Amino acid sequence: MRIIVCVKQVPDTTEIKINPETGTLIRDGVPSILNPDDANALEQALQIKDANPDTEVVVITMGPPQAKEMLQECIAMGADDAILLSDRALGGSDTWATSNAVAAGVKKVGDFDLIFAGRQAIDGDTAQVGPQMAEKLGIPQVTYVKDFTLEGDHVIVKRALEDGYEVLKVKLPCVLTAIKELNTPRYMSVPGILKAAKQEVKVWNAADIGVDLTTVGLKASPTNVFKSFTPKPKGAGIAVAGDTAKEKAENLVAALKEKHII
Amino acid sequence: MKEFADYKNVWVFAEQRNGKLMNVALELVGEGHKLSREISEDTKVCAVLVGDKVEALKDELYAYGADAVYLLEDPLLGQYTTDGYAKVITDAINEYKPEIVLFGATHIGRDLAPRVAARLNTGLTADCTRLDVNVANYMDYLEANTTASLTGLDREDQSKGLKQTRPAFGGNLMATIITPNTRPQMATVRPGVMAKMEKAEGATGELVKVDVKLAASDINVEVLEVVKAAKEMVSLTDAKIICSGGRGLGGPEGFKLIEELAEAVGGVVGASRAAVDAGWIHPSHQVGQTGTTVKPEIYFACGISGAIQHLAGMQTSKIIIAINKDPECPMMKLADYAIEGDLKKVIPEIIALWNAQ
Ligand SMILES: Cc1cc2nc3c(=O)[nH]c(=O)nc-3n(C[C@H](O)[C@H](O)[C@H](O)COP(=O)(O)OP(=O)(O)OC[C@H]3O[C@@H](n4cnc5c(N)ncnc54)[C@H](O)[C@@H]3O)c2cc1C
Repeated sequence: MRIIVCVKQVPDTTEIKINPETGTLIRDGVPSILNPDDANALEQALQIKDANPDTEVVVITMGPPQAKEMLQECIAMGADDAILLSDRALGGSDTWATSNAVAAGVKKVGDFDLIFAGRQAIDGDTAQVGPQMAEKLGIPQVTYVKDFTLEGDHVIVKRALEDGYEVLKVKLPCVLTAIKELNTPRYMSVPGILKAAKQEVKVWNAADIGVDLTTVGLKASPTNVFKSFTPKPKGAGIAVAGDTAKEKAENLVAALKEKHII
Repeated sequence: MKEFADYKNVWVFAEQRNGKLMNVALELVGEGHKLSREISEDTKVCAVLVGDKVEALKDELYAYGADAVYLLEDPLLGQYTTDGYAKVITDAINEYKPEIVLFGATHIGRDLAPRVAARLNTGLTADCTRLDVNVANYMDYLEANTTASLTGLDREDQSKGLKQTRPAFGGNLMATIITPNTRPQMATVRPGVMAKMEKAEGATGELVKVDVKLAASDINVEVLEVVKAAKEMVSLTDAKIICSGGRGLGGPEGFKLIEELAEAVGGVVGASRAAVDAGWIHPSHQVGQTGTTVKPEIYFACGISGAIQHLAGMQTSKIIIAINKDPECPMMKLADYAIEGDLKKVIPEIIALWNAQ
């Protein structure tokens, strides 16, 4: 069987700092990583391949040329093939436009049985591209997948809810989006790293995937960023005075009473 | 800018599970009510109620401010499925042409809304924490709460486009998104952020029974089972007081202390992701960007450093009380009351004083 895994290279948002003077993101020196949920998506595909060695795992991403590094990491983890969709015409795409481009890339890969994606990417946190791509491909989706079993021509998955989970049966092909509860991603292996060093990442542009240029890129995107800004820092609080834990606790309770909070 | 004269009214998805409305549905009715009045006098807020035999929920929706309820009922809609719900909602949007459609950013809303938006080929903004129609109100918000420049904005501007504000980059940045060229304008909205209206018992409104066309063959996913978590869900979003613990608790037994504090002050237990990841407490207690957004009257942060992802979920709390060994950590800088010290010593003192009142 052939499994396609949609991945994204993201800045490690835990490392991002804000320039307090300009209120802009300091991206310099912030490492780029494989989006965490996508690593769970890839791991699930690789586990299927472990159990069924004739499985082919193809990773696909849309992004700038430097996203190749992340794709090589995916090969080093065990992916067979890696595809980068890269073209200026695709730049600035919102989730709708991105799903059009990735769906076109997936169609060009050819027949597939299953698509995995991460639930959401940590830079935008939208969780929209997986479902929107499923819609563009006209196949069913299950999001928030935390448990997975392949059974012949269908899969049985658990979909996490806030207050429990659902058990769902879905026919192949379908799109499944992974959350971190699904598994623990493996590390790159030494043979994998050697393989990745030799293997070319395929790069396809907009013409290669035959995507309608009126459905991709910044101009075609139905949503636009109107403004971006940083929240104002909250006024510095007061340190509760006191020499001992008891005194501090007393001062806190007194202050809360004085302000009629309690 | 295109003209969209055919599109009218604000729709909110009235998510129900097992015949019970989700809190966020009522929050959206409240927000939708506000937005509809800002658009025009004759713009309505309409709740979209989808399910099987759910008509009785209409009264609660009216009571919380809905002008109309659009009822989409069918036996095939008894269980939530992406396919079933996406089809009937998309059909209804095509038929009635709302100007704005809002969904709660729940695990269901975030599954459904992207599918609907993609089918309609319109924009969708995820996880909004603020919505504006009125430009002057939006400018007031920017001025009071953000570092944004107001250049290019005009208080007299009467345009009624939806300005959808949301956190990005793990809460480091905020962005306002617009959908200028397509309709409806669609967004998912974080639970716990928007305000419900005062309940008006006995209120009524218009009921629109939508003609639903759905066949079993439209649904490609079979729901085998829906399992409720054994433990009662902690209702962080409704809590007036939240007592949260982090890695500084030092181990699962630290949550005993937090539970005692919560009991003394009448609060609910919250947690940082570090404490959840360590397995000290169930994930349903997690506050933050990937947990629950909360804005209680009082938020106790005990042994929580205040990583941006945690702050993203609690920084609009009315009063923040931090207890931490490290006076320099972000949570201590943010707190209204910052107690430097060992939480194991400070918390028992607070409990004793609270109980003594
Ligand atoms: C994509 C992403 C999403 C995330 N989402 C969330 C989220 O939703 N919610 C969330 O919370 N985190 C989230 N995180 C994790 C976040 O970055 C932090 O790692 C986490 O919040 C840290 O938890 P903490 O404050 O408990 O631990 P630490 O940062 O380790 O802080 C522990 C604190 O305890 C203090 N302390 C230690 N001992 C004592 C003592 N005896 N008495 C008093 N104080 C003591 C220390 O001084 C320190 O300040 C996310 C991260 C990523 C990458």
